[in-house]
Formats: sequence, structure tokens, C-alpha cells
Amino acid sequence: MNYGALDLNTVWFLLIGVLFTGYAMLDGFDLGVGALHLFTKKDEDRRILLNAIGPVWDGNEVWLVTGGGALFAAFPNVYATVFSGFYFAFVLLLVALIFRAVAIEFRSKQPMRWWRQMWDIGFAGGSILSSFLIGVAMGNIAWGVPIDERGEYAGTFWTLLGPYPILLGVTTVSLFMMHGAIYAVMKTEGELQQKLRGWINHTIIFFIICYATMTMATLIYVPHMAARLRENPWLFSIALVNMLAIANIPREVSKRRDGRAFISSCVAMIAMMTLFGLEMYPNLVLSNPVAANSLTIHNAASSQKTLGIMLTIALIGVPIVLAYTVSIYWIFRGKVKLDKMSY
Amino acid sequence: MDVLTLSRIQFAATISFHYIYPPLSIGLGVILVIIEAMWLKTKNPLYHQMARFWTRVFALTFAIGVATGIVMEFEFGTNWATYSRFVGDVFGSALAAEGIFAFFLESGFLAVLLFGWDKVGRKMHFFSTCMVCLGAHFSAIWIVVANSWMQTPAGYHIVETANGPRAEITDFWAMVFNPSSMDRLFHTLCGCWQAGAFLVVSVSAWYLLKNKHVEFAKHSMRVGLGVGLVASLLSLVSGHDSAIGVAKNQPAKLAAFEGLYETTTNAPLVLFGWVDEKNESVHGPAIPGMLSYLTHGDASKPVIGLNEFPPEDRPPVQRVFQLYHLMVGIGFAMIGLAVGGAFFCWRGILFEKRWMLWLLVFSVLGPQIANQAGWFAAEMGRQPWIVYGLMRTSEGLSAVVTANAVLGSLVLFTFIYLLLFAVFVYLLNDKIQHGPDEADLKPTGKLAESLGGHRA
Repeated sequence: MNYGALDLNTVWFLLIGVLFTGYAMLDGFDLGVGALHLFTKKDEDRRILLNAIGPVWDGNEVWLVTGGGALFAAFPNVYATVFSGFYFAFVLLLVALIFRAVAIEFRSKQPMRWWRQMWDIGFAGGSILSSFLIGVAMGNIAWGVPIDERGEYAGTFWTLLGPYPILLGVTTVSLFMMHGAIYAVMKTEGELQQKLRGWINHTIIFFIICYATMTMATLIYVPHMAARLRENPWLFSIALVNMLAIANIPREVSKRRDGRAFISSCVAMIAMMTLFGLEMYPNLVLSNPVAANSLTIHNAASSQKTLGIMLTIALIGVPIVLAYTVSIYWIFRGKVKLDKMSY
Repeated sequence: MDVLTLSRIQFAATISFHYIYPPLSIGLGVILVIIEAMWLKTKNPLYHQMARFWTRVFALTFAIGVATGIVMEFEFGTNWATYSRFVGDVFGSALAAEGIFAFFLESGFLAVLLFGWDKVGRKMHFFSTCMVCLGAHFSAIWIVVANSWMQTPAGYHIVETANGPRAEITDFWAMVFNPSSMDRLFHTLCGCWQAGAFLVVSVSAWYLLKNKHVEFAKHSMRVGLGVGLVASLLSLVSGHDSAIGVAKNQPAKLAAFEGLYETTTNAPLVLFGWVDEKNESVHGPAIPGMLSYLTHGDASKPVIGLNEFPPEDRPPVQRVFQLYHLMVGIGFAMIGLAVGGAFFCWRGILFEKRWMLWLLVFSVLGPQIANQAGWFAAEMGRQPWIVYGLMRTSEGLSAVVTANAVLGSLVLFTFIYLLLFAVFVYLLNDKIQHGPDEADLKPTGKLAESLGGHRA
């Protein structure tokens, strides 16, 4: 298909952003449920939480896989530089995702206490570690990593563990915990739901502390991540939407409108990712200290032809994906009931 | 060891472990579709019980397949970054298409297949099973297309960029239908169907030998043997077509498969043997002229030998020869087993023939070994190229990753995969010992309603 004068590089910057935002909103809640898993003590409660995400976590993770594939296809230089440069971080992320996936599947297969505890730890540990590492990766991309003139990563594993990326990692964990707690309240009832409702407040406080600290750190130490907002004050409306959405969560929770609380949490995530994207554009990975070596939507992209083909694929595929994703959430709506097919 | 060797070992280890599971999912997917169709048609609750049991086995293989599959997608970037820069424009598109068209479909409807038993009607459940099966096949299509492009690149041109030369798409459909993709896809799918079918056959034979779940085992055996027979025979056809393609497009690979050094007319087909790489000869029984005949349909036509290629452009002959012959040998054995089993089954004497049932119990290993051997032969036969004729494997590595880093991740993955394999075997055995659930003979929830009462 011919897309004429359309700026395909920008379109793909947006589409990759949409894929990762979709990932954060969807897998975010099941990673969050995983992070909260060990706080429940009763086996039945743990099973209910697992089955709340049971039918959907796998599909949610596909957003990450497809995001990775789209990055490979649209911006191969970013995929190559980041994945090889952050080698050990990605290996750890893989290990975390593997343990998490098989823990969900294996846990219920045997009744022994030690068996279930082992997979409980795998599930919770894997969820927390993957959320944290995703945040750390974003923190590094924003702070900037050493990139040489060939576009290769020039740092070490330890370079990645700066205070700002770690702060972003912790913030991501707190965000997903809040998101997961809201989702869990939607899917449960009775005593467990009461307990989870209390947790939402704790997780919101945890998140707000992290988020406020991160915002301050960004303004003071990473001024380039606020530059576009400084130059275009009207964009501050997005930050305002973000604040209102976050503030709306405890309000809706106290009125027992859990669905609206979940939507508010999603809106906050979209606003945060929009701000992140606005400040990064047109860069995909910032180079620090030599800013000229940054990977951008132009020097890291595939050919115009391929970006066009990929856009056609996306235009055919994404509506179909959205249609049956919505149907599947609809089929599994309502509170979790344990039966013999449950985890 | 150097980065190249370690990276190749890591890739081989992670992909061969991964490749145990997707063929099972693809094969079991087909079997589940057949079983559920039979249930819809005959309304015999035995088929419901079968669908439930094999779904549980499917779920187990699928989970490990997904978990180990993400590693593959990341590994191109982590260990083969230079390769990724070179092929991203082409290869990346196929991977992204796999995500959009296959993984979402598969994982989405898997939810209904596994957890929707009491939530949707029979027809909706059957539809979901079909979609999961279709998704698994789409996934095979895109990944085999991507891999085949590495074997026989087409629809691209090489462009100089600031980061060096790279391949860019000129014709998307020429890339998708590159000279080897359809032959290799068909052959790969035949291997997958056999993997699923012979797992079903093996478990059913075990139950029959132990005189447990007899009705369940007999019905499962018939479905498994049927799929296994068709897939084994098609495997022969697709394998033959594939080999003709290799002879045409990758002559060095075919010469290594067959252990042929001298280009010659009336080329012999070595049935099995030993390659003497030093003296460039093969020892073993051979049928004169057969290789020429199979390749060209004419024994008097020449087949290109390895001597046409400089030593640095040849694959490792001995290993490729042995793996290829292992695959072919098992392929014929599977045909023999499937034909024998189906014949006894047709005569109605299979369930008394204990020796045959014992053979069928072990048949599950056949497709697995053949799939692995075939994949190794295909990939090693492509060496020393990572993209045939365009980029050498040694040129595709990540520039910034050290041998120690790869060694560390290799040790880590090996440890985790051994653990996963142990747990998989333990749980699979547990499911088999537990057997089908008697309560599943009575469908519950919406499934119990008559077909007219179904709500989509």
C-alpha cells in the first residue's frame, strides 16, 4: 500500500508507544497481582488471585512479544543496540518471565505445601523482578546511556544501575501493584475483597511517594525530559490529566466503583506514557554523554518500504486483535469462581 | 571458548529445548479439533472426556512453549545484534507479523479453550479450539518463512547505510514465498502433526497395555493413528520436495546431507555410513544412481558435490550427514509403525497385539528425535552462513557482548531448562497416571445444554 507523504517513522514511533502502553495497562495488572501474591496467606486466596488473571495473563504478555517484534522490524538498530548492550539485564528479565509463566501453570498441579510455596515465590519474584527491570530499562533510555559513533552500547551492566533508573524501576513496581490491586478488587468478593480494598490505599500511597520523588528527580537531574513541556506550556494539560486520574482512584474506590478506578489507573498510565513519548521524540534511546550518537526514529529505522508494509500489517491485524481481546474479557467478566479447571 | 562457539551453543540449546513444545502444541491442536468435531457430530460424551484430558496435556506443553519462546525472540538482539541490524528490515517483519497474526489469536482463544468449558456453548468452544489450532499453525508459517529466508533469501536488495550494509525488502510476497519456504513449512508441519499424534498414540497404547481407561484409549488411539499415518506419509512427500529444493538452491547443503564430494552423474544414494572427512569419502552401502534419480528424475544427470566449494564455504559434513540420515531413518520407521498400527487396527486385532502396543508406547520419541535431527541438519547444513551466501555466522555476533557474559547466560539457561524439563516430565507423567476424569463423561454448564440452546 502507498501511504503518500505520511511520516512513517513518526507513525511507527506512535505505534510502538501504543504497543508498550497496551502492555503496561494489561500485563501491568497481572504483574501487579503477582507482586502482591505473597501478601495473601491462605491457599484459597492465592488461587483466587491466580485465577483472576488466569485466562488473560498469557494474552497480555503477547503485547510485550509483539512490541519486541515491532521494534525489531521498525527500528532494528534500537533492538540490536539495546538488547545486546543491556545483555545481562535482558537475560534476567527472561529468567523472571520464564519463572513467572511456568509458576502460574505448575502451582496448582500438586497439593504439597513445599511445591506450592516454591512456585508462589517464583510467581511473586518473577513478577516483581520483571516490573522492576522494565522500569530500569525505561529509566536508562530517558537518562541516556553511553553509545559510541557506530551506534553500539559502550557501557557495562553496572552502568545501567544508576540511581535514576532504579528509581524508575521501583516506581514501575509500585504503579503495577496499585493497578493489580484495583484489578484484583474487581475480580473478588467477600472477605478477600475487603482485605484487597485496604491494600489499594497502601499501594496508592506507595506509588504517589515514588512518583513524586521521580518527578522531582526528573525536573532537577534530567531536565531534557521536561524540555518539551517547558517550551509548550499547553502540554501541561496532559500532566494535569495524569494528576486528576491518579487522584480519582481513591475517590472511586471509596465509592465502591472499582471499574471506574481501574479506568482511572489506565488513563494515568496512558498520560504517563504520552509524556514519556513526547519528551523522547524523535529519540528512541538517548546517548549520554555524546548526545549526537542518540538513536532516533530516522537513523535507527528500517526502509520506508518496510515501514509501509508493516503499517498495512498493523492496520489489518490490530483491529482483529482488539475485537477478540474485548470478547475474551467479556466472556470472563465477573467475579472469580474456582472450579476443577482452575489453577 | 570464544564468543562465536558459546553463542552458537546457547542458541542451539535454547531453540532445541523450545522446539520440543511447539510441535506438540501444533499436533495436539489438530487432534483436539478432530476430537471436538467428533463430539459435536456424534454427541458421544466419551469425546468430551477425551477433549478435556488432551486439553490438560496441551496446556502443559503450551505453557513451556510460551515461556521458552520469548527467549528466542530476545536472543536475536542479545547475541546476534550485527545479524539483527543486517536482517531487521526483512526478518523483523516476519517476526512482527507472527506476533500480530499468530500469538494474539493463539493466546486469546486458549483462554476459552482452557477455562471456557462451562462459560460458552459447544459451538463457541469448538470455534475457540479451531482458532488456537490455527494460531499455532500461523506461528509456524511466519517463523518458518523467516528461517527459510535465511536459507534462500529472496525479495530483498543490499543497501549501504551509516551502520554498514543491510538487506531491505523489495518485494514482500517474494520474501514470504522465497524458494524454500513452502516446502520447508509443509515438511515442518508434518513433523509437528506426528509429534502430537504419536504422543496420543503412545499414551493410549500404555493404557491398553495396563488395561486402564480402555474405551478412552481405543478412541484416542484411532484418532492418533489416523493423524499419525497421514502425517508420516505426507512427511515423505514433503521431505522429497524439500530435498529437491535444497539440491537446487543450496547444493553444498545437499552434498553434505548425502556425503557427496565429487560432482558426478549417476550419483549414488548412501543408505547409512561414515564420512571420512580427511580423505573426502563415505563408507557405507549405497544404491548407484539413486541420488541423481531422486534429484532430477533421471540417473544420468549430475549432482553437485562438495568439491565445487572451497573448504571455508562447506558445512561440517560428518555431523550434517549423520543427523540427516537419522531424520530420514526415523521418518521411514514412523511410516512403518503407523501403517502397521493402522493395519492391525483396521483388522481389529491391534488391541491384542502386545508387542505392537509396546512399540507404539515408545513411538512418541520418534518424531521428537527426528524433528531435532532435521532442524540441526537444516541449520548446520547452512553453515558457514547465517544468511546463505550473504552473511557468515561469525559476522553476525553482537559487537559488545563478551564470552564471559554468554557463558554466564548459557549456564543459567541450561540450569533453568533442566529444571523445567524435569518438572514437565514429572507433571506429564502425573497427568498420564491420573488418566481421564470419569466425571468428564457428563458435560456441565452450558456445554450440557442442547446445541440449540447455545449462546455465542
